[in-house]
Amino acid sequence: MSHYEAPIRKPLITGDKSYHDVTLDVVRPVEGKANKSWWIVFSISLIAFLWGLGCIIYTVSTGIGTWGLNKTIGWAWDITNFVWWVGIGHAGTLISAVLLLFRQKWRMSINRSAEAMTIFAVVQAGLFPIIHMGRPWLAYWVLPIPNQFGSLWVNFNSPLLWDVFAISTYLSVSLVFWWTGLLPDFAMIRDRAVKPFQKKIYGILSFGWSGRAKDWQRFEEIHLVLAGLATPLVLSVHTIVSFDFATSVIPGWHTTIFPPYFVAGAIFSGFAMVNTLLITMRKVSSLEAYITHQHIELMNIVIMITGSIVGVAYITELFMAWYSGVEYEQFAFLNRATGPYWWAYWSMMTCNVISPQFMWFPKLRRSIMFSFFISIVVNIGMWFERFVIIATSLHRDYMPSAWTMFSPTYVDIGIFVGTIGFFFVLFLLYARTFPVIAQAELKSILKSSGEKYKKIRAEKGDDAPLHDPYKQEAKPDFTNEFNK
Amino acid sequence: MYKMSKNVQLTAIILMIVGAVGLIYSFVDTPSSVEEVKEMLANDHHGDEANTANAANADHVDDHDSHAEHVLTQLKNKPWTAIYTSSLFFFLLALGAFAFYAIQHASQAGWSPVLFRVMEGVSHYMLPGAVILIVIFIFSALNMNHLFIWMDPEIVANDSIISAKTGYLNIPFFFIRALIYIGGWILLSRVIINNSRKLDNNPDIRLHKKNFKLSAIFLVFFIVTESMMSWDWIMSIDTHWFSTLFGWYVFASMFVAGITAIALITIYLKKLGYMEFVNDSHIHDLAKFMFGMSIFWTYLWFSQFLLIWYSNIPEEIVYYAARIQDYKIPFFGMVAINFLFPLLILMNSDFKRINWIIVFSGITILVGHYLNFYVMIAPGTVGESWSIGIPEISSVLLIAGLFIFVVFNALGKVNLLPKNNPFLKESKNYHY
Repeated sequence: MSHYEAPIRKPLITGDKSYHDVTLDVVRPVEGKANKSWWIVFSISLIAFLWGLGCIIYTVSTGIGTWGLNKTIGWAWDITNFVWWVGIGHAGTLISAVLLLFRQKWRMSINRSAEAMTIFAVVQAGLFPIIHMGRPWLAYWVLPIPNQFGSLWVNFNSPLLWDVFAISTYLSVSLVFWWTGLLPDFAMIRDRAVKPFQKKIYGILSFGWSGRAKDWQRFEEIHLVLAGLATPLVLSVHTIVSFDFATSVIPGWHTTIFPPYFVAGAIFSGFAMVNTLLITMRKVSSLEAYITHQHIELMNIVIMITGSIVGVAYITELFMAWYSGVEYEQFAFLNRATGPYWWAYWSMMTCNVISPQFMWFPKLRRSIMFSFFISIVVNIGMWFERFVIIATSLHRDYMPSAWTMFSPTYVDIGIFVGTIGFFFVLFLLYARTFPVIAQAELKSILKSSGEKYKKIRAEKGDDAPLHDPYKQEAKPDFTNEFNK
Repeated sequence: MYKMSKNVQLTAIILMIVGAVGLIYSFVDTPSSVEEVKEMLANDHHGDEANTANAANADHVDDHDSHAEHVLTQLKNKPWTAIYTSSLFFFLLALGAFAFYAIQHASQAGWSPVLFRVMEGVSHYMLPGAVILIVIFIFSALNMNHLFIWMDPEIVANDSIISAKTGYLNIPFFFIRALIYIGGWILLSRVIINNSRKLDNNPDIRLHKKNFKLSAIFLVFFIVTESMMSWDWIMSIDTHWFSTLFGWYVFASMFVAGITAIALITIYLKKLGYMEFVNDSHIHDLAKFMFGMSIFWTYLWFSQFLLIWYSNIPEEIVYYAARIQDYKIPFFGMVAINFLFPLLILMNSDFKRINWIIVFSGITILVGHYLNFYVMIAPGTVGESWSIGIPEISSVLLIAGLFIFVVFNALGKVNLLPKNNPFLKESKNYHY
């Protein structure tokens, strides 16, 4: 009965796939050659990345004054982009860890790419805390290292320091989680490789994985433990990011709902990014049998739920601003809705609160085109959310004499574009060299959730054998020889 | 088929009677005049020379008067607070259990259908629980108690902060909202439960699909109304204070309490042999939820506490200042009970399959979350005059007795194994 699954559940692997088919489909992009469109997209991303790199070098060597920041608004695009990228990264851990804890089998065809997305997004995020420093060459001072200044220490009370620990732990744990999951898949590519160079590389990457029973048992155990650790980690990381604002006394920033609401927003934007990437990937790498309409629909449902949670949080904040009776708080929200940045606020509201509600209609959430469109809209909305929280709370706060405006310079924009370029450079390289689907995991659900096997059970009953009976070939008859 | 045993019935009735007697005694025992309180305070301060010496001071006599009046209000509130806390706790526990049940439907869970009848049974308490709450609210609105100071027109008139909130905090609107929440929750829950029962005799997949949709509708309604309910019924007690996280924090508390109740009742019924289809893996899963949600609750508790403690803004910090000064033991004790206990005990995978460990940690979780509700409510109503004594304990006994009676009575009326649920076979064969 271990393979039993209710017939009402939709298949997660469509088509007449066997174990070998799964292998072939997953290694095809790795073993094949890149086509022209890959090179075109890669070149565009690389140029964007190099441009961003130029902007970063210019900032660091010339000064932060090249950005659009001013004395009132010390944080704008830098931290907006930082929070945005960290938020995007969260979906990867959510998919691989939380969905693992909840035994969601559908995660198996998307977790690898979601984790890759996490890592590449966190790398982008990690740039901002350094480059937004006035003196980034002293960045190592944030680490509590014994030193010759009478062992001058860091102050552990700052959420910015917690950020350092949170982000670096998050990146390391995600990386380990991702890599351990990759071992059987790298081993599979290693075993198939015909060219010595490839064999050597994948041999190194797979750490000598041989797939013994004991290895698998420990593999599963370590994954459960890591999932159990990664879940509180993912919550705490974005919580700590939200503390950057919520621990302050700025109206619009100081609010207790930020920790869970930032996390919900992170899942929301992260799943949208996963949808954007996977809808493209299933087409480009012909993985439609594994990343099915059902997967897209389920991701849309997660987007819908987290979008609604974010919506409730927005309304809660608005209500509490009024209910609190604190005029600064009330003004902060009035300013968001009707001040000079009203367009940012209302684009955020439209993109984040209204657009996920379309997913209540089965027709829309099952449409690939519509999902793709909404996934982009959500990420735009979530960028605006961070911008609205950060910039509009700063530009008008307690003292009207300090009110001002913010507008980004080309360097601000260039660095953001550069991180998008860098992200896609990494992701495109990944898509060509890594097994983008965790084939080993997928094979473990093939017989319970594969379309072929579900059909067999539907026809022949739940206890029908799911494998072809072993056929004993007729043995040659030696009687005559023997009797000679 | 389970039938409420004489023992359970008797226990429930005894609990209710003992609780009712204790509660009536607490109401009678409440001082009725300022003089009585003064006498009480004088006895308390007996031998306190400084106090007696100062009493000669005319100014201080005045002070003393207003202090005694203050204490009188608090003491009058004490039995009300006790019965309100336990009524609210058990009602929200039932609601939390139903929210869990709705999530099982909406997420198409494959492990839990064998537990559906228990979840339905627990959520049956919602109706009597809601009636009790409404009765208490009516008493509050009639100014029979001072649970909600904003219901007192005199206080509102003299308090500019509260009077700025009367757009939301006024008695008619409060009752309209309460009726909408309660009506919506109970109506939707009854329809969903009835569909689930109908499925027993009618193997129609449409009923299942209907419940899937209704559960989604319930959850959307719930997330909005639950937040508002927590502002209305709990946060407005500390009328000056506000926190955006509050609604979700209350949710975590009732959710974990609801899951714990489901686990305890399941273990009890299984022990009696009525749920042989429930195996260790189901208990293990419930225990995992108890564990995970306890940590989630702590996360929200800590987030709210840290953010307010860190920025130390006067209008917010009063909330925690009052709790840390006057409620130090229950305030920090409940965090230990609700976090450290489950964390250390339920971390172990084997432990999550051992019934007595689940029962033990389940009871501590329930006690801890009762304390959480107490610490949310009492500082605003009885202030420093609190104690866990006859009123508190007898209120818990009274409501617990009623809860047991209602829930087990409901459980005795249906077959404990649902039929025709499309995931039933998965659930019966579930092994983790």
